[in-house]
Amino acid sequence: MPLRSRRKVILWIALTVPLAPMTAQAQSLEVPTLAAASDLRFALEEVAEQFEKSTGQRLRLVFGSSGNFYSQILQGAPFHLFMSADEDFVFKLADAGKTVDRGRLYAHGRIGLMVPKGGPVRADGALADLAAALADGRLKKLAIASPDHAPYGMRAKEALQHAGLWQRIGPFLVVGENISQTAQFAISGSTQGGIIAYSLALAPQVARQGDFALIPESWHKPLAQRMVLMRNAPASARAFYDYLSTPAAQSIMVKYGFAMPNP
Amino acid sequence: MDWQALSLSLELAAVTLLVLMPLGLWLGRWLAHTRFAGKSLIEAVVVLPLVLPPTVLGYYLLASLGGASPVGRWMQETFDVQLTFNFAGLLIASAVFNIPFMVQPVQRAFEAIPSNLAEAAAVSGLSPWQTFVRVELPLAWPGVLSAAVLTFVHTLGEFGVVLMMGGSIPGETKTIAISIYDRVQSFDLRGADEMALLLLLMSLTAVAASFFATARLVKTR
Repeated sequence: MPLRSRRKVILWIALTVPLAPMTAQAQSLEVPTLAAASDLRFALEEVAEQFEKSTGQRLRLVFGSSGNFYSQILQGAPFHLFMSADEDFVFKLADAGKTVDRGRLYAHGRIGLMVPKGGPVRADGALADLAAALADGRLKKLAIASPDHAPYGMRAKEALQHAGLWQRIGPFLVVGENISQTAQFAISGSTQGGIIAYSLALAPQVARQGDFALIPESWHKPLAQRMVLMRNAPASARAFYDYLSTPAAQSIMVKYGFAMPNP
Repeated sequence: MDWQALSLSLELAAVTLLVLMPLGLWLGRWLAHTRFAGKSLIEAVVVLPLVLPPTVLGYYLLASLGGASPVGRWMQETFDVQLTFNFAGLLIASAVFNIPFMVQPVQRAFEAIPSNLAEAAAVSGLSPWQTFVRVELPLAWPGVLSAAVLTFVHTLGEFGVVLMMGGSIPGETKTIAISIYDRVQSFDLRGADEMALLLLLMSLTAVAASFFATARLVKTR
């Protein structure tokens, strides 16, 4: 390469490079970052869109498993609002002094059995056909979220225990890192189904690819979903926290199958 | 297409290159020219990020630089700087896992230069710096170029370490590889398709271009 163009390359790198960290920092000052449980993926995107439309305030949404967010926040992850799929992770963060208070319940979730359309197992909320499929070999793989760090995985495990299937179904389980990955596994056609969140099953992208039946709520501990503001939360994060209890936000959540907590 | 993630990845790759290039040139040249007892150990450490599972690297970086670690706490208290879950953290991770990709080709390139050339340059009155710039660097250039290309492309594609260190924050740590993973989880297979294809083409083009340039350089020499 001739010397002149070599200089050009170096000049180009020298000019563009310092801009990178600066632009990233400027954004993080204004726009609050939300860590949201994966069952909220479609519902919260819609709520956030409404919020952005009515206030002009932009939000950054990150979806994942509540347990992962819990350990990331302990490690110093810069989230401003944590919307967990359960209560325990929120209480543990509060006890660790990371949050402004003990937060607020924002929804109750449900789980159910999702099976791909035309698959060998029937969507049966009492899991009777799942048990039969396990016995007669129709079931090769069943997707659940991680029972170690994803609340929806923990509740799926309890439901399978209640149905007396947990011991036998072990070798057939495919474990998703979070509940939306689990839903993706459940309808991928590579499994015969999965235990996923009602809120995801109602999303059009998912609903058209499979059949879904709710598992009785009494079969597992409640999915009481709690959110909490972090100590470093800007006013814009608090505004969204408050927006979530408005009728406009709640009607979207209800549309996605969430039950609202009693005021 | 997640343009924000793409531009973040390009920025990360460019800054990583800028940070690693001087270190890679110095370390690669030093390893090429020096013989000593513990050299194999140092070379092993240089290659380690290549064979280590990215999650292991990510875990150690998180454990040693995170808010709960002594280093992380000290940086936070003294300089008010955080080293995980932001661009700075990704840059550190990216610099560490690219060390073998930068140092190895550079070392091979300098090893291939006959040592009597440097001696001839010294006899002709060139200072060590002049020898480096005018004699060694032009000869080692193909190796340096492929090191740079490998580092750049490898940064674009890195996933495991970024997942452990980054937290997938849009505009800050959500790189294009993470964005593909995220698109699949939100059932947006078209978005994932587009970005995967783009990464494939960029990687292929970069590697092919570096092979082409290297071949041409070798021929015209």
